[in-house]
Amino acid sequence: MRRIIKNGRVIDPSQNLDKTTNVYLSRGRIVAVADEAPDGFTADQEIDATGKWILPGLVDLQARLGEPGSQYAGSIASETKAAVSGGITSICCPPDTSPVNDSQAVTELLQRRARQAATAFVMPIGAITQGLDGERLSNSFSLKEAGCIALSQADKPIQNSLTLKNALEYNSTLDIPIFLRCEDKQLRNGGIAHSGPVSSRLGLPENPPAAETAALARDLVLVEESGVKAHFSQLSCARSVELIADAKKRGLPVTCDVAIHQLHLSEMDLLSFNSLFNVSPPLRSMNDKQALIQGVRNGVIDVIVSDHTPLERDTKLLPFGESAPGISGLETLLALLLKLVQNGDLDLMTAVRSVTQMPAQIIGCQTGSLVENSSADFCIVDPEAIWTLETKQMLSKGKNTPFAGWEFVGQVEETFFQGRPVYRRDSN
Amino acid sequence: MSAKLAGPNIQLNELGKLKHFLTLEGLKAHHLTEILDTAESFINPVTNEIKKVPILRGKSIMNLFFEPSTRTRTTFEIAEKRLSADVESLDIQTSATKKGESLLDTLWNLQAMQADMFVIRHSESGAAHFFSQHVAPHVHVMNAGDGQHAHPTQAMLDMFTIRKHKGDIFDLTVAIVGDVLHSRVVRSQIQALSILEAREIRVIGPKTLMPESPEAMGVHVYHNMEEGLKDVDVVIMVRLQNERMTSALIPSEKEFFKLYGLTEERLALAKPDAIVMHPGPINRGVEIDSAVADGPQSVILEQVTYGIAVRMAVMSIIMSNAAQLAQHKLEQEQQASLDLIEYNVQTGDTL
Repeated sequence: MRRIIKNGRVIDPSQNLDKTTNVYLSRGRIVAVADEAPDGFTADQEIDATGKWILPGLVDLQARLGEPGSQYAGSIASETKAAVSGGITSICCPPDTSPVNDSQAVTELLQRRARQAATAFVMPIGAITQGLDGERLSNSFSLKEAGCIALSQADKPIQNSLTLKNALEYNSTLDIPIFLRCEDKQLRNGGIAHSGPVSSRLGLPENPPAAETAALARDLVLVEESGVKAHFSQLSCARSVELIADAKKRGLPVTCDVAIHQLHLSEMDLLSFNSLFNVSPPLRSMNDKQALIQGVRNGVIDVIVSDHTPLERDTKLLPFGESAPGISGLETLLALLLKLVQNGDLDLMTAVRSVTQMPAQIIGCQTGSLVENSSADFCIVDPEAIWTLETKQMLSKGKNTPFAGWEFVGQVEETFFQGRPVYRRDSN
Repeated sequence: MSAKLAGPNIQLNELGKLKHFLTLEGLKAHHLTEILDTAESFINPVTNEIKKVPILRGKSIMNLFFEPSTRTRTTFEIAEKRLSADVESLDIQTSATKKGESLLDTLWNLQAMQADMFVIRHSESGAAHFFSQHVAPHVHVMNAGDGQHAHPTQAMLDMFTIRKHKGDIFDLTVAIVGDVLHSRVVRSQIQALSILEAREIRVIGPKTLMPESPEAMGVHVYHNMEEGLKDVDVVIMVRLQNERMTSALIPSEKEFFKLYGLTEERLALAKPDAIVMHPGPINRGVEIDSAVADGPQSVILEQVTYGIAVRMAVMSIIMSNAAQLAQHKLEQEQQASLDLIEYNVQTGDTL
């Protein structure tokens, strides 16, 4: 089917484009973004997007989909639906599934389920070590061949420095990005709350910034030695931003991301012991939060992720320290991003770039863009729509969000995946 | 820190009186004074031959201890029995979730057995807050120690002991020595002393046993025992857990005693009439020298005795507040009915 999306404000950082124009698509691909139709183009359908924004489909580098292993908390079918309702059309899922995605079989299962759902791209990330044990290297070439777009240890960083060095050196020849989350387990010492005034008052076990920064400093040294293309996930500390900035200045092939909730929340939100604020890494100080926002603003932080972790109700209905960490974040990624723009923390182009062009570039995929001949994945956003997040209306199986009751301005009206509408607000 | 703790308000009822007893943070001086004054009235039953009073007759109290405790549990049980409550104590030392039943299901099942009050000890900070948010409106929760967060009845019995000896908390300088980082008792003591406007609260110990931001709790930090003890009115020693040595927070008991142990010489730096306290059980020769523990300035055993009176006081206040609130609501309903009748009479409306 051939469609024209007319008169929308097209915001595509990959082309430095921000103008009111038309988008032409045919057979699942973008034919053109232009005021005039390409020669010979006749549309089967016209969609009027006057007053609306057209953004490339968002690319989320970190979202758990529940499958395999935790289908009760989420499934590829349910979570991809939730994703497209938030404008996300490409999802990278970490390997901490059950079983762990350390084999072609699991990678292929994920892809098969995603094809069945046919709602969004699901891009598996393979495990760096077998079973995420931090000791034995996975068959990473086979994982890459099967379709893994990156390798990571999810939330189980390799503690053994020699194993990490070997993993980075071995994979540096395979041209596959390595996602590293930095945490020194000994320094963390079971801590669940940022070391600061709140943990001091509440007696919550302390998770010091050094647990992240010391590990990051080590990892940067090993990345430099190996020459591997490394992407650092889920930064939470001001000092981490400085370390990455230095590394980039010295020309290291590094990029990094931050979870969107870290840009809105801080340790102060733990004061009521509400388990919905239990995340890993923990919510840190206001100073850290500001440094992270500044990091996105000045380009040191390349990407913003949802860090979507759908959880069963019972795993959050526990005292803070016994509850599982994580936020169901697919449906609030764009909304929270726009809030940062409205607050004056980010400009719109930088915000959109951090969830489209940059993540796509890091994983080497042709998504997150509206350039000619790219997959026609995009969303139409009503920038004036005012809405309140209600958990009962969430499409994700995981209702574990601390943002329930928050009011947002700007809402996805319609999402297209490979040229087909996969979400329309009114019809849901 | 400017932000208020969101939790404590949940422990007050509509009349601003204690409904649960979870933490001292957020309470006012009059809440604490009421507890201390009420505890005075229970000192006699503690020392009398007939120790029971019928205040909680017919009420059912369940002690849920998710982590081991002897002293606290025993004093709670004694306090409950002296108030004539029906008492059940359950050891739930492994998490209910590990047995397959959710923690809340466990709580709701016990609640269905018509409990009026839960006394809860749990290894997670905030556990008592969590339980109080999920019990039925008529059920009360008392925190008998949650993680590293709070142990409010212990702190109140410490305040009671101090008041017994010093008359008032106001204008006192109090030094707390030892493991501040891991101690829920210390957090509650600091809050109690702040609310009762002690002149100065000092914490003394190595950096490894201090939280990241102790000043946020309103204390002065000392890493030198001699400096910290100078001219204080009260010295509170804190128990040092054995695992602090194995986790490399301090090199040895011997070294800890050398730096922070309370000896007669060091105690001499405090005011001559300073009292020495310890929540127990004490480690002689680690935190405190036997000569001091058994010496004339030690009030350690009194603390244990007063613990029963203080716990009786808190429980009786909570139950009395509940009765008062019910009476208040009844009166409001009656007044509303009277107002309606009066309105009907005035307007000529009939039912």
